Amino acid sequence: MSDLDDLYQEILLDHYRRPRNFGPLPGADRAVDGHNPLCGDRLHIAVRLEGDRLAEIRFEGSGCAISTASASMMTEAVRGLPVAAALSLADRFRALVMGDSPPAAAEELGELAALGGVRAFPMRVKCATLAWHALRSALTGDGARVSTE
Amino acid sequence: METTASNQAAETSFDAEAVRAEFPALTPGPGERGCAFLDNAATTQKPRAVLDALERAYVESYGAIGRGVYRWSAEATQHYEQARARVARFLGGAADEVVFVRGTTEAINLVAASWGGSRLRPGDEILVSGLEHHSNLVPWQLAAEATGARLAVAPIDERGEIELGEIERRLAAGKVRLVAVAHVSNALGTVVPVAEIATLAHAAGARLLVDGAQSVPHLPVDVAALGCDFFAFSGHKVYGPSGIGALWARRELLEAMPPWQGGGGMIREVGFERTTFADPPQRFEAGTPAGPEARALATALDWLERLGREAVAAHEAALLELARQRLAEVPGVRLVGSARRRASVVSFVLDGAHAHDVGTVLDAAGVAVRVGHHCAQPVMARFGVPATVRASFAAYSTAAEVEALARAVLRARALLVR
Repeated sequence: MSDLDDLYQEILLDHYRRPRNFGPLPGADRAVDGHNPLCGDRLHIAVRLEGDRLAEIRFEGSGCAISTASASMMTEAVRGLPVAAALSLADRFRALVMGDSPPAAAEELGELAALGGVRAFPMRVKCATLAWHALRSALTGDGARVSTE
Repeated sequence: METTASNQAAETSFDAEAVRAEFPALTPGPGERGCAFLDNAATTQKPRAVLDALERAYVESYGAIGRGVYRWSAEATQHYEQARARVARFLGGAADEVVFVRGTTEAINLVAASWGGSRLRPGDEILVSGLEHHSNLVPWQLAAEATGARLAVAPIDERGEIELGEIERRLAAGKVRLVAVAHVSNALGTVVPVAEIATLAHAAGARLLVDGAQSVPHLPVDVAALGCDFFAFSGHKVYGPSGIGALWARRELLEAMPPWQGGGGMIREVGFERTTFADPPQRFEAGTPAGPEARALATALDWLERLGREAVAAHEAALLELARQRLAEVPGVRLVGSARRRASVVSFVLDGAHAHDVGTVLDAAGVAVRVGHHCAQPVMARFGVPATVRASFAAYSTAAEVEALARAVLRARALLVR
């Protein structure tokens, strides 16, 4: 499989064309705008917490296939998780796309492992991490707006 | 023969392959894959002559410009001033009207800080167009903030042309002190009728600054014929080194402008109580000048004039039309901007795919383009797109590269749009 085919896997393109959990989230507790000034991608991530659990998460915005698919897959992966588990997943995802994670780790990430192909495209890593930056900011409450710069 | 556009490209006597052979970066080594470099509106590759000029400047007579009595300093100073005269001749101005700067951005910031800072008053207007690169927009926002002046914008139409009627209407109110427009749009390739705007501006008592970053590499430029008051360009976009560019301004304007940066080289006499400043252009060149870069820029201009600016423009125009035709043949491609006069740039979107994804697929196919907002977010907003793919051409671009671009866009469509 070429690097390009590895990057644009069918599952990623499917999330790009039919993003899951896309749209406004009425009654959200926290919302964060993520922006990549380099390419103009914008994501709005909204979450609703129940105690320490991430009960609901939805996103809106416009971006490339990688940032949109990453956001879509992220919402599926973290919904229902305790906040600490979601943050831990964010760390492992970051390690995956930065090429820092051991090969076995990808298997634990399930569908998210499909985004590992971005490792071969350093200029696109920020596209994959944009939604996760925004999620971290929403969960740790350290800002209403994040930027990849 | 497949198409008339191909024939036209082939029929020009211009030998792009021979031009290409002068560029080490474009000559792949054994086993290396060549690159279709179609990001020339961002920056250009350098011919051997320019690289040699840089090396000679550093090896044969390198010394501080205008600051020494030793031979190397004297020779370096002489080359630097010859380069200034060369830039002046290239633009149709006088040597003492040329200020060396880092590039177009610095030139515009210089005018905004010095001319704008000393001339603009609360209530005055600076008129820009909806086509502008951020470098011809943000410095004016800063100047407006500092002086209480206001920024006004002449919008562009659906073709990507500035609406001259809007410029006239804005000028008629009598508040505009300066009009600042691009000569050629970096995002769409629109050629702006600068001479007409100069007439309108002057009739209303306003000055005209022209951002020539995208015109100098592609069109013959004569500041006298254009009738502008300030003209800025960058060396690296016209086959020269990075870190050097020039501002041309009318002598009487430069003479009345205060310094914008202080330091060595720009003074007449310095005391703790009072400092007097050098005459233009040195007044605006604080710090040790980029001597070798200026010299190599002069070499780049020599090189381009030897090729012939008209011949290069005709070659690029043929490639541009071929590219527009080939891209329009790809299902789902929408060209952005259809100005009646255009130069070197084609901007497009592929329905169902984001420009960044298209750019990544093109790169994998060995085609280098720019994707994104091109530092012209208002232009993107006008056309309702977050980003476009932009291909832009230079003297060394070839019809084969255009065909490679079209094939790669087809590939992107097959991969991304299903």
